[in-house]
Amino acid sequence: MSAPGAGAPVIEARGLAVGYGGVALVPGIDLAVAARSSLALVGTNGSGKSTLLRTFVGLLPVVGGTLEVLGTRPGGAPRRLAYVGQFHASGFVLPLRAVDVVRMGRYPDLGLFGRMRSEDHDLVAAAMARMGVAGLARSPLGSLSGGQQQRVYLAQALARRADLIILDEPTSGLDAGGRELYLQAFAAELARGAAIVTATHDISEAVEYDQVMLLARRVVALGPGAEVLTADRLLDTFGILLRDPHAEHAQRFVVAEVTHGHPQVIDVGPEVLP
Amino acid sequence: MGPFLEPFLANEFMLRALLAGVLVSIACSIVGTFVVLRGLAFIGDALAHGVLPGIAGALLLGLPGIAGAAVGALAMIAGVNLVTRRSRLSSDTAIGLLFVAMLALGVVIVSRSSSFAGDLVGILFGQILGTSLEGLATQAVATTIVFAVALACARPFLLLSFDPEQADVAGFPSRRYHLVMLVLVALTVVVSFQTVGTLLVFGMLLAPAGAGALLAHRVEPMMAWGAGIGIVSTYLGLLASYHFDVAAGATIVLVAAAIFFLVLAGTNLRDRLTTGRREPDAPATGPA
Repeated sequence: MSAPGAGAPVIEARGLAVGYGGVALVPGIDLAVAARSSLALVGTNGSGKSTLLRTFVGLLPVVGGTLEVLGTRPGGAPRRLAYVGQFHASGFVLPLRAVDVVRMGRYPDLGLFGRMRSEDHDLVAAAMARMGVAGLARSPLGSLSGGQQQRVYLAQALARRADLIILDEPTSGLDAGGRELYLQAFAAELARGAAIVTATHDISEAVEYDQVMLLARRVVALGPGAEVLTADRLLDTFGILLRDPHAEHAQRFVVAEVTHGHPQVIDVGPEVLP
Repeated sequence: MGPFLEPFLANEFMLRALLAGVLVSIACSIVGTFVVLRGLAFIGDALAHGVLPGIAGALLLGLPGIAGAAVGALAMIAGVNLVTRRSRLSSDTAIGLLFVAMLALGVVIVSRSSSFAGDLVGILFGQILGTSLEGLATQAVATTIVFAVALACARPFLLLSFDPEQADVAGFPSRRYHLVMLVLVALTVVVSFQTVGTLLVFGMLLAPAGAGALLAHRVEPMMAWGAGIGIVSTYLGLLASYHFDVAAGATIVLVAAAIFFLVLAGTNLRDRLTTGRREPDAPATGPA
């Protein structure tokens, strides 16, 4: 599967509103993501990051405006899309080995009846090697730690060889080694021609992206990481909770500050506030 | 021959019962695997009881019980679907209520006719020793359909068990395949009511597949374990029923449940013995 030309946007949104049950959580999103480019969504819990990602992949209907993903409606091109959501550990451990989970990454291409060919097995093995879990291929998923499981899920996304890769907080639970492997794989996927969209809390990581969107139930800013991630805008993004009486997480206030030239997020308890 | 084979070779009804039980075991292990993996036990239970008023109503009208069972199961699926989509309550509450309402309706219908008392026991606990050739053929067709559909839907079913959203994103609509899965559960329940009965088929759905989940690290071996345990339970149950003159269907399910709890105890013991080798941040194992 070849990457689309650099000119054709992989995601194109005009006046897009996303939310649940027909109610807009984030309105007025104008956005274009090209092939070979990356976009980071930065914001607090409840800011609309996951809602926007879930709308991109077609899990949530568009609330308003227009959205085209991979040249069609969201969810209309499953063979060109990879998505890793935020996993909630299920109470029941499935009888699956790590390699079975990564093989699922080939299912959209194989359909119901297509046989796994040697190319598919190669892609699965390569994806597991890139995330450093090749040695765990035959281990039951349930015997892996949370960080190892996250590596397996990321390997599944890599095995898909998608044109658009959407990841919701991909580095959560990863150790330093896993993070490094993820960043290498991330760069390789971009070089291959894929577009990557992630949601993240990590501002120092977001600086590396081609585009950063600051979200606080509205688009605070959108542009190249170095331009967007200013102290004022971060305060606007992360300080929104201070002004939002409906915030569920209001017991924990978050502000941003700049240390050593890099914006950082710090948590402060309510006792610090006036 | 001895007492272990002779009952089946000397009595045609015992051989038919064994064959019917083997077919039920295969269907139940396939469907039960997904019931266990997806946590559909409660829905399976609801279906198993939802068919009761259908069967009772059909018998009252002089129609084949299996047709009534099918109508009851479809009504139950529609009800469960409606309730889980519309209700703001947890689906447990709504399904639980539906299930009791259907059971109550069944009893109300049965109570209309005093001659039904014996039939009711037959419906709930099956009449595996009275399996007819047509019953055997029906069971064979149903088991074949279950096998074929599960084979065709193996990938979406696996994705659905792993994460319904991944199924959606991968282009296998989770709602559609969830419905296919429910229809398979319903088919298994409906057809099995003649052999192990609507109450006991639930045990055959859960016990062998549940034991399989504890023993296997992959889905296919889990089904194979489930089928094997179901078949052994059928054989031992029928044998006990023959020699000790106890109810056949109930004995089969009792053996299956006993095997499940033996496996549960065995795997717990094994896990406890190997705890020292686990990583400290590894998640807890096994179902709650």
